[in-house]
Amino acid sequence: MKTIELVIDGKKVQAEEGATILEVARENGIYIPTLCHDDQLQPAGTCRMCMVEISNNGRKKLVASCVYEVEENLVVKTDSEKIRKIRRMIVELLWPTVPALAKEFGVDKSRFVPEHTECCLCGLCVRYCAEVKKLNAVYFKGRGIDREIAFVPELADECVYCRECFNLCVGGLIVNQCGSVYS
Amino acid sequence: MIKLNSPHDLEILRESIVSKRDPNRTCVTVCSGTGCLAYGSHDIFREFRLEIEKQRLGEEVDLRRTGCHGFCGRGPLIVIFPEKICYLGAQKEDVADIVSKTIVDKELVDRLLYKDFETGEQITRIDDIPFYKYQKRILLDNNALIDPEKIDDYIAIGGYSAIAKVLFEWNRDDLIKEIKEANLRGRGGGGFPMGVKWETTRNVPVDPKYVIVNADEGDPGAYMDRSLLEGNPHCVLEGLIIGAYAVGSQEGFIYVRDEYPLALENTKIAIETAREYGLLGENILGSGFDFEITIHRGAGAFVSGESSALMNAVEGRVGEPRPKYIHTSVKGLWDRPTCLNNVETWANVPFIVNKGADWFKSIGTENSKGTKIFSLVGKINNTGLVEVPMGTTLREIVYHIGGGIPNAKKFKAVQTGGPSGGVLPEDMLDIPVDFDALTEAGSMMGSGGMIVMDENTCMVDTARYYIEFLAHESCGKCIPCREGLRQMLRILNSITRGVGKEGDIELLEELGEMMQEASLCALGKTAPNPVLSTIRHFRDEYEAHINEARCPAGVCKELIIYHINPEDCLRCGLCEKNCPTNAISKDEDEVYVINQESCIKCGSCMSVCPEKANAIVVENAFRPPFANDLPKTDVAATTIYST
Ligand SMILES: Cc1cc2nc3c(=O)[nH]c(=O)nc-3n(C[C@H](O)[C@H](O)[C@H](O)COP(=O)(O)O)c2cc1C
Ligand code: SF4
Ligand code: SF4
Ligand code: FES
Repeated sequence: MKTIELVIDGKKVQAEEGATILEVARENGIYIPTLCHDDQLQPAGTCRMCMVEISNNGRKKLVASCVYEVEENLVVKTDSEKIRKIRRMIVELLWPTVPALAKEFGVDKSRFVPEHTECCLCGLCVRYCAEVKKLNAVYFKGRGIDREIAFVPELADECVYCRECFNLCVGGLIVNQCGSVYS
Repeated sequence: MIKLNSPHDLEILRESIVSKRDPNRTCVTVCSGTGCLAYGSHDIFREFRLEIEKQRLGEEVDLRRTGCHGFCGRGPLIVIFPEKICYLGAQKEDVADIVSKTIVDKELVDRLLYKDFETGEQITRIDDIPFYKYQKRILLDNNALIDPEKIDDYIAIGGYSAIAKVLFEWNRDDLIKEIKEANLRGRGGGGFPMGVKWETTRNVPVDPKYVIVNADEGDPGAYMDRSLLEGNPHCVLEGLIIGAYAVGSQEGFIYVRDEYPLALENTKIAIETAREYGLLGENILGSGFDFEITIHRGAGAFVSGESSALMNAVEGRVGEPRPKYIHTSVKGLWDRPTCLNNVETWANVPFIVNKGADWFKSIGTENSKGTKIFSLVGKINNTGLVEVPMGTTLREIVYHIGGGIPNAKKFKAVQTGGPSGGVLPEDMLDIPVDFDALTEAGSMMGSGGMIVMDENTCMVDTARYYIEFLAHESCGKCIPCREGLRQMLRILNSITRGVGKEGDIELLEELGEMMQEASLCALGKTAPNPVLSTIRHFRDEYEAHINEARCPAGVCKELIIYHINPEDCLRCGLCEKNCPTNAISKDEDEVYVINQESCIKCGSCMSVCPEKANAIVVENAFRPPFANDLPKTDVAATTIYST
């Protein structure tokens, strides 16, 4: 494996080729907020909370650190005014389904009218069930703003015994729905 | 069919086809593009065959079905060669006349000729009609010359000679260099240089490699890719085979949306006949190069046209974009290097090979070379497909080619770039249409949709319409796009209903900027364009809706009332008969009045009120959309427009 050198928040770090910025940052004790990430699962790159600013050869851009693979001489900034603004806006958009992040970013109200109160559609449950449990009992139904979490009724019986995705759930929907599906 | 084993065989075949054709012989071509077929061109074609037989003209006259000519608003189109006489809007009943008069007696059928809007002058030759005269039809011209089902027609006009040239006279490096030199940029949206993509794919030391034609064409109202595939599929195949040779691929895919049955059919026939001639398959033209093409039928979601989503779909997965930052030209279909280009981009390739990069570069602007096809629709006299050199101004397209706005209405804006493009107002009509100028103006080239809007268009409602489309067509996977669109739609809905709040405009702008920065794929990154561009150019309309609950264009239903002007009313009662909710009745003075409580603002009365009366007027009146509040008809009524 090739070793790659890069700079994250002013700190020179080494990483293995193929690692993501998020992984390398965490190994080096540098914090990047995430929502849809879980170490047991393949990175999905969908919540965009982990956006960081990178520059290579002078060109700057914002990327999702959980899916961006490290490059030689990359300079990464994990925080800036612009990045904070994006993260706060995402939290506001998800209000009130992500209480922990809301607290972290000091968001105590939203300028938007929420349409979901229990689910932020992070997909952790779906991915856990597919990748770890290999059961596919929960899935995404619909496209665009109609997207929602749904159970496969034939498999939902299993959920009651498994409940493994419950502690991943950010919004609480899985916990509440599973009860109602069972009854 | 004989298998062609060398460029020489191809040339012999071409000569033999051409020698059997007399360029001075009369040839009647009937457009059989989807537009003209819908107007009955199939029956016209049959009628011609019968009539030609009946008048025993089979020996002197050829009859040919061709692809789309582009002037779809005026179909069915008939062009008679060699004079190139053009008849518009002909019906089955006109055929006998055309045959006896034009073909036998060499006289014109005046009623079917083009008449100029202003001067009333009749125009005979297709090339002299303004719609065509101001275009530069490099890609589309051949549509009118060939029967898309007949490979011989394509070969007769020099088809497949570009393949012979690259396989036998050029090496791969020359070929890639030529395409890079031509600076052909992708016609599907991004404008990425094709040659650079080819080089990247070619240089990845992984096999197999793939090439793909993107014919998903999900923009509502756009149909340039469909017309090319329907009308001249071999040209796209030839481009694809050349690209495959350049990057070192032996397997290609054409991703066609399922809603395009004719394109699917003609492409299938083209692949089969090319294979029979040895122009596809093993050992193409005896060169040792093998290449196969498979058609993939797409389910037709807008987002599936995005490159990585399309590849997921071809692999049999859900057609959603991939989050990875690695280019599909390096890791695409089944993680192999894959070169994906749009139909129109591929169709340009044989021309560049035949005529050279220098020729191609002589057309267009500094950084956008060649021509671009647009589908010109909306409030415009001449609707259809328009091919112009890059750098042509919007004004030339709208006024010279498009013939301006119908019904003496005023131009308001033109929307370019498909659903996630932007609108450009009157004072931007002189910008040259190319990739960079459009992006700079807050819109984009997209794949070439161009929708003209007149003064009766509400720009807030327009933005709302596109955002609603995108909100349902986004895959919904990433938060900025999904939640951003959800909230944009909510805000726009409330503004168009007259309950927008102060600060909504700024919030839309902030939201839009975040979506551009943070979305996962180009759908979310470009989705705010309709909102941001309408705010940029028509902020006053947003303000009128929010501050005064007024829709200046008189479109937003909750903000208008229909009213019958008693002085103009002819008492004909047409409106009463046509009102779907029976909201219109006579009052004691025998004048018709609209009961505002049951009126659903469908506008039926306005469209049936006789022109000489024009008695129906639209007035501002804010009606709270919630609860059972009665309409506030006592608001000082100002007339916005009448028929
Ligand atoms: C939401 C979305 C839809 C797209 N739809 C199409 C399409 O229908 N046809 C197309 O050629 N490109 C489409 N594209 C662009 C493709 O991702 C890709 O850039 C293009 O096919 C590459 O070919 P080109 O370089 O020849 O333009 C779309 C992109 C996005 C983000
Ligand atoms: S149910 Fe829970 S885990 Fe599943 S998507 Fe919603 S918030 Fe995430
Ligand atoms: S930007 Fe929109 S379409 Fe693209 S991945 Fe995100 S949700 Fe899906
Ligand atoms: S952690 Fe969700 S996009 Fe990276």
